[in-house]
Amino acid sequence: MSLAALFVQLLNGLAGASTLFLIAAGLSLIFGVTRIVNFAHGSLFMLGSYIAYSLITRIGGTGLGYWAAVLLAAVCVATIGALIEILLLRRIYRAPELFQLLATFALTLIVQDVVLQLWGSENLVGPRAPGLKSAIFVFGRALPTYDLALILIGPLVLGLLWLLLTRTRWGVLIRAATQDRDMVAALGVNQAVLFTSVFALGAGLAGLGGALNLPREPANLGEDITAIGDAFVVVVVGGMGSIPGAFLAALLIAEIKALCIALGQVSFLGFAISFPQFTLVAEFVVMAIVLVLRPWGLLGKPQGSVRSIGQIEAPIVPAGRMLQMIGAAVLAALLVLPLVAGGESYSTVLAIDILVGVLFAVSLHFIMGPGGMHSFGHAAYFGLGAYGAALLFKDAGMPMELALVAAPIVGCLGALIFGWFCVRLSGVYLAMLTLAFAQIVWSIVFQWDELTGGSNGIIGVWPSPWLATKAAYFYLTLTLCVAGILLVRRILFAPFGYAMRAVRDSALRADAIGIGAVRVQWTGFVIAGAICGIAGGLFAFSKGSISPETISISRSVDGLVMVLLGGIGTLVGPIVGSVTFLILQDSVARQTEYWRALLGLVIIFLVLVFPQGIAGTIQSWSKRAWKPA
Amino acid sequence: MRITKIIVSFACAAAFAAGAARAQDAIRIGEINSYKAQAAFLEPYRKGMELAIEEVNAAGGVNGKKLDVITRDDNANPGDAVRAAEELVSREKVSFIAGGFLSNIGVALADFAKQKKMLYLASEPLTDKIVWQGGNRYTFRLRPSTYMQVSMLVPGAVQAKKKKWALVYPNYEYGQSAVATFKSQLQDKQGEVEFVSDQATPLGKIDAGPVAQAIADANPDAIFVVLFGADLAKFVREGETRGLFKDRFVVGLLTGEPEYLDPLKDEAPVGWWVTGYPWYAINTPEHKKFLDAYQAKYKDYPRLGSVVGYSTIMAAVAGLKKAGDLETEKLVAAFEGLEFGTPLGKVKFRPQDHQSTMGAYVGKTALKDGKGIMVDFHYVDGADVQPSDADIKKWRPQD
Repeated sequence: MSLAALFVQLLNGLAGASTLFLIAAGLSLIFGVTRIVNFAHGSLFMLGSYIAYSLITRIGGTGLGYWAAVLLAAVCVATIGALIEILLLRRIYRAPELFQLLATFALTLIVQDVVLQLWGSENLVGPRAPGLKSAIFVFGRALPTYDLALILIGPLVLGLLWLLLTRTRWGVLIRAATQDRDMVAALGVNQAVLFTSVFALGAGLAGLGGALNLPREPANLGEDITAIGDAFVVVVVGGMGSIPGAFLAALLIAEIKALCIALGQVSFLGFAISFPQFTLVAEFVVMAIVLVLRPWGLLGKPQGSVRSIGQIEAPIVPAGRMLQMIGAAVLAALLVLPLVAGGESYSTVLAIDILVGVLFAVSLHFIMGPGGMHSFGHAAYFGLGAYGAALLFKDAGMPMELALVAAPIVGCLGALIFGWFCVRLSGVYLAMLTLAFAQIVWSIVFQWDELTGGSNGIIGVWPSPWLATKAAYFYLTLTLCVAGILLVRRILFAPFGYAMRAVRDSALRADAIGIGAVRVQWTGFVIAGAICGIAGGLFAFSKGSISPETISISRSVDGLVMVLLGGIGTLVGPIVGSVTFLILQDSVARQTEYWRALLGLVIIFLVLVFPQGIAGTIQSWSKRAWKPA
Repeated sequence: MRITKIIVSFACAAAFAAGAARAQDAIRIGEINSYKAQAAFLEPYRKGMELAIEEVNAAGGVNGKKLDVITRDDNANPGDAVRAAEELVSREKVSFIAGGFLSNIGVALADFAKQKKMLYLASEPLTDKIVWQGGNRYTFRLRPSTYMQVSMLVPGAVQAKKKKWALVYPNYEYGQSAVATFKSQLQDKQGEVEFVSDQATPLGKIDAGPVAQAIADANPDAIFVVLFGADLAKFVREGETRGLFKDRFVVGLLTGEPEYLDPLKDEAPVGWWVTGYPWYAINTPEHKKFLDAYQAKYKDYPRLGSVVGYSTIMAAVAGLKKAGDLETEKLVAAFEGLEFGTPLGKVKFRPQDHQSTMGAYVGKTALKDGKGIMVDFHYVDGADVQPSDADIKKWRPQD
């Protein structure tokens, strides 16, 4: 590769960096101030490009009309963002941490269906910007003029944001709130207005990003997922809440990708390395490396503590008599289910899926709730368990029963390695590092065709003859699931469980009384990984086949949704949440063409009615009811 | 229209919940697809399927019974697809299952069919594995496979006599196997050939600018493009702006399918050698009949997905008629070697690997009235682009 070629590739990378920066800047602002992990950010980006498409095809014929349409699209999305904040998010600010993620997840489902209904399923290729349709020649290589414009727009937006944040009173308030929002509130600043305006600005930036991206990418229904992944990575690599950090991170990631593509096939010491393939996972590898070396991102600072978010969590207590009786009744009902509904009935099949989901959610809750470590990549251990069991069964010829025993060991080994890095971080950084590891595992499974079957996965993973009937497999799953739940419960009420909760509530004080915070958290991580591995192994043999989908982001997100829906503060929360979510998904998907929007609406309804999760809210209701007058 | 549809589907669901209101004397088929996740391909597919069902039932149904197709959305997730299949089998009592778009879901359903000894008519998944390495006696696949579609393009590529080739493909099994087939066949038939650039891009996330420039820097004589959907649109726009396709011969797999060509509008590439579906210029009587019925019903033109959806039902009906029974083994026996009509002509399920001989159109892309079309095309019969029976015997597990 010549130097000239390299130079032009770096210019390409700059254009890509501007796009990434515009996606991420708004998310960084929103998180910095409101601490909301806004899952709908990608949806806002997608809305930006669809709205821009509609406006540009109507008024975008001239240069003036085109850019007016772009700005108008951003304003539309900002308005939508403000409405979301006022109508939905404002009602749940006092909910436990991360709960808003659930509401924004529901929004992504609704936006998907709304966009499909309004704009149809076909990709919409937007017109090119007037005056920026052609290319100029740089060292004999064509570079689109629109890319040059983007190279300028990115720093321009950065500069404007910088001015806004440093030279206006509003900007001072934003920065103050990013550092210590309780203090800002105590000083008499109207938080409601501040939050709404920040959310609107963040959404507007996402919309602008979508509109500006239209000449480079058709408006399509996959944009939201792509954008949200990119945005999170850029924000975290840059440092949460740091706008210049986001720019730097976007630059780093886009340039690394451009370089990989430019390098192509390279022979090194007799090995042929295909660098373009690395773009599949480049951003996540960058994120993992940056977070391991710099726990708060490139330009981030340690997060200020948030003092008054939600209620202080009450310590968990053993189930009361009432709950014990309900639990026993549910177990009894499950024991007779295959006899009543029929061994091969769909109820039995669905129950197996739900029990696997319950075990998955319980293991995630173990580190999220009592452990205080939010994992966004829990599917990694599920997938490791599933693939471990499937490979030992298929390739190593292990009996199915033994392979199933190996599943938690594989999950545990993964957690042992990843956990070692993760527990050294905290908060959203920890969450994103777990996600990075999950994506790295996913990409290895996805690429390693000879071993894992690549994107098609592994087939023929069926249970032994004595477990071949659905009823038998159901009893196996039920046994392991109940055992897993009881084990988790036992651990939580053992000294180790208390130590883990102590570390969550105050690492410093726990340290002072002689609890090794890192070691306790690491152990917790490994236990969760092992239990999750069992769920993965059970899943593999219940389906007969597995594919990289078992490790995908969407499975990790499903886990989060299940835990949050049930309520993070109680032990029955993840059980209630996963059962509710899976039954809803199963029944809603069959009811209507627009099942995703319906599912989203139901989740929003549940979020508003049960602001501490279903189990958490019911618990506080019953406490209130039982309180002596 | 959509509101009515929602109401109707709610009503159907309610009626069903109220106590199996479906006709007792109907033949039921279960159909599973990623309707929401792959809407661009599957909406036309569903329309084609519904048209066929309507026609079949208007003509008196199958073996004197009404045909009832029950569809499920698999959420683009193999686990959910298998569960939907379990539900269709145990609760809806379907006689066999059909559908599948994503290859990983296709192979999962095929393996489920084998385990349950239930016939599976895979309508769309393209992976070669579903009939060869992962094939089984219960699975039949309708659409021409990756291998077949690549093989259709190779003669044209050889004829172009280009020495230096660049490859750009989505980085998963479909792209990888398309490129592997293309490379080996081109080397076989042309001898001297060099592959100067190999760009495996993440699905749905191509960095089109850098990729286009990297290919230009390698200075190939020709490019083999396996991209589709948004990736294709991004690559075509960047490539055209940067003059990448000027004086270069380009072969595009699936690029001529209306699903992928039409969104490009007046920027559709010109002079690419592609597989596709030129519905506007196919003059066979069976296609004419299908086209007229489709346009009359939907006021829209069919996409390739519509043809696949329509033909799935045609295959199912022909198989059911030939078997005269709903028992799986009899159905499998009937499907082996089964001949049936499709809008693209008569095709047959090959007994040796259960692949249908449905073919595709191969031709050059051109622009007409601001839209991409195919010109100078011809139909390649799927039976003519198969590996030798000996190879298949080697790859396919004995069952």
